[in-house]
Amino acid sequence: MENRAYFRTVWLGIALVVPQALLVLTFFYWPTGAALFWAFTLEQPWGGGSQFVGFDNFVAIFEDSYYWSSVVRSLIFAVAASLLAMGIALTMALFCDRQLRGYAYYRTALVWPFAVAAPAAAVAFRYVFAPEAGVFSALNQIYPNLWNPAMNGNHAMIMIIIAYAWKYVAYNFIFFLAGLQAIPRALVEAGAIDGAGVLRRMRDIQLPLLTPTFFFLLVINLTDSFVDSFGIIDITTEGGPAKATTLMVYKIYFDGFKGLDYSGAAAQSIVLMLLVIGLTVVQFRYVERKIHYK
Amino acid sequence: MKILRRAALALAVTSLLGAATDASAQQRIKFELWQGLTGDLGERVNDVCKRFNDSQKEFEIVCISQGSYDEAVQNSIAAFRAKKQPTIVQVFDAGTADLMLSGAFYPAKRLMADHGHTVDWDRYIKGVANYYATSKGELYSFPFNSSTALFYWNKDAFAKIGKIEAPKTWEEVETVSRQLKAAGYACPFAFEYDTWQIMEQFSAIHGQPIATKGNGYEGLDAELVFNKTRFVDYVKFLKKGYDEGIFAIKVKETGATIGEAFGAGDCQMTQMSVASHGTIGKIAKPGMNWDVAMLPVFAGTQRVNSLVGGASLWALSGKSKDEYRGAAAFFNFIALPESEEYFSTVTGYIPVTNPGFKAMMDKGFYNAAPFKGREIALAQLTASEPTPVSRGIRLGGFIQIRKETRDALQLIFANRVGVEAGLDQAVERGNTILRRFEKTYAGKQLP
Repeated sequence: MENRAYFRTVWLGIALVVPQALLVLTFFYWPTGAALFWAFTLEQPWGGGSQFVGFDNFVAIFEDSYYWSSVVRSLIFAVAASLLAMGIALTMALFCDRQLRGYAYYRTALVWPFAVAAPAAAVAFRYVFAPEAGVFSALNQIYPNLWNPAMNGNHAMIMIIIAYAWKYVAYNFIFFLAGLQAIPRALVEAGAIDGAGVLRRMRDIQLPLLTPTFFFLLVINLTDSFVDSFGIIDITTEGGPAKATTLMVYKIYFDGFKGLDYSGAAAQSIVLMLLVIGLTVVQFRYVERKIHYK
Repeated sequence: MKILRRAALALAVTSLLGAATDASAQQRIKFELWQGLTGDLGERVNDVCKRFNDSQKEFEIVCISQGSYDEAVQNSIAAFRAKKQPTIVQVFDAGTADLMLSGAFYPAKRLMADHGHTVDWDRYIKGVANYYATSKGELYSFPFNSSTALFYWNKDAFAKIGKIEAPKTWEEVETVSRQLKAAGYACPFAFEYDTWQIMEQFSAIHGQPIATKGNGYEGLDAELVFNKTRFVDYVKFLKKGYDEGIFAIKVKETGATIGEAFGAGDCQMTQMSVASHGTIGKIAKPGMNWDVAMLPVFAGTQRVNSLVGGASLWALSGKSKDEYRGAAAFFNFIALPESEEYFSTVTGYIPVTNPGFKAMMDKGFYNAAPFKGREIALAQLTASEPTPVSRGIRLGGFIQIRKETRDALQLIFANRVGVEAGLDQAVERGNTILRRFEKTYAGKQLP
């Protein structure tokens, strides 16, 4: 006979859910609803009135070739930044987990970057990568114009990917390390007794057992890279040179807040939201199947 | 017990009454001003507010910095929609068109008349006032912090090549740059993509339109034309100098802005706002001799007045009568010559009224450093009567248009598109923005 605890009345359950539901409603569904409304109207910023325009706002952004290039750039950024951040974090976590000498210190040091606010990190990176003043200016003296994110869009893109990944390495590192430490020592030790080397044990024991963490981080990294890149871009490049680093989220910010085109920005956020939802669904349907939780 | 309760009640009532009488004796009418300046300049605006509060007993203005010009507008819009707007908001030049069409304000002229202040509206310097006025010349807001772009030049470097005067034409800038380069200066002339200096000031001074319909003043159906004016020649001119290596681009992404590069003595000439005059004075290398001059023109050009930059103060609608009374008193206060002199002393901004400027000239304010040279800004702003293309720019979505132009310039200087093709594209994209704006305000007219 099982002894289960359960609530006798439905009402208590509902009462416990209400605060959370209210929060979600207020901070998620309400703004989304407002954005959805604005996306189908032309809204005067000072609230002087709005008119229903159907799908005009969506047609306008889809007809703009620059909008599509911002979508492509966002995808490139998401994949590159996520892989870079996860790759470096995984490597560091694997070695940290081996408890080499002094690991306690660099474990702490590696977690720090995530606590640095994006704009502060961006200011530092802007300086590091500045072609005439930063660390790279020495390189430019030897090979002129080897590195110039102020003029070359590809350089600027590489710069924001590195700056963004730097911050997320710390975040990923915590999860990877926790994941590794959750793997029973006995498994790794058994492998060692059987004569497997360090790399062999990583490949055949630790990495397969880490796949749930890996999957979780992949979803988080990809999603965040679509919406969290804003602070870095605003400080380092402002979307330039010539839109080369204008990702979808930055375009939304610029059109909506700076340009006061609320309707255009709202339509773009709806598209971005659908894209992120779509990507997450795809990951859960196709990537998660390959994950073994036990 | 009963007695105790009664005593407590009596105590409460008396203290309440006491508080009430205290309040009526001291209570000032409070109202808010949201400003867009931060740091040193933001503090100076707060000083202006403090001076107003100290000057009288009836009102108390509370000045709150919103972080930037953009945020001052964004936050005021959000607050206005929630009916929590401040009485006064500082709105920058490019935010004027939206606000004018919104009707969300109390027009300056009516505000002053309704509250018993007689204002001589002609006291405002025309080159300043027209930027914020309607097409008929009526002010809806009060010009506040004003600047314009000037030419900065390094006297020491010029002395090395035997020159003692600033160049008056762009042709001279080119010649001098070549000489400076030959004399070993790596960066003779620095510029950046900021369209306020490159496009807007240049076009006004050369009498070239940026858009039809008097730069948008006459109607929302204006179209951009800067791809067909002398601005094209100017971009070609800059491109040629840049390719030759005598002009350099200095932006924060390269490591130093034009101001920093000039102050450090790395670049010998540049063009930027007179508002930076004070900053350069502070950051200039010790002992560096530098000065400002009017922006050059192309040889043979009849100079027209340049454009003002900065912001004006708007009274928003939907506030109480008392708050408006306070606002009117504040607007009256800041237009006093003493107030203008005070604000110009502590910032690089120039006075906005003729009496204010005259009083400062008479006192010899501009005779010595660090203020010497700033009067040139006024000379440039008043170089001619404002023409339909030099009174200002009234275009919707102008922040986005500036961005499109800036992007085009970046492509042009990176050699990824020709000058004409790049500007054509900026105009085409800019016109799309204008049409969208026109549609948003369908049925409305610019005053």
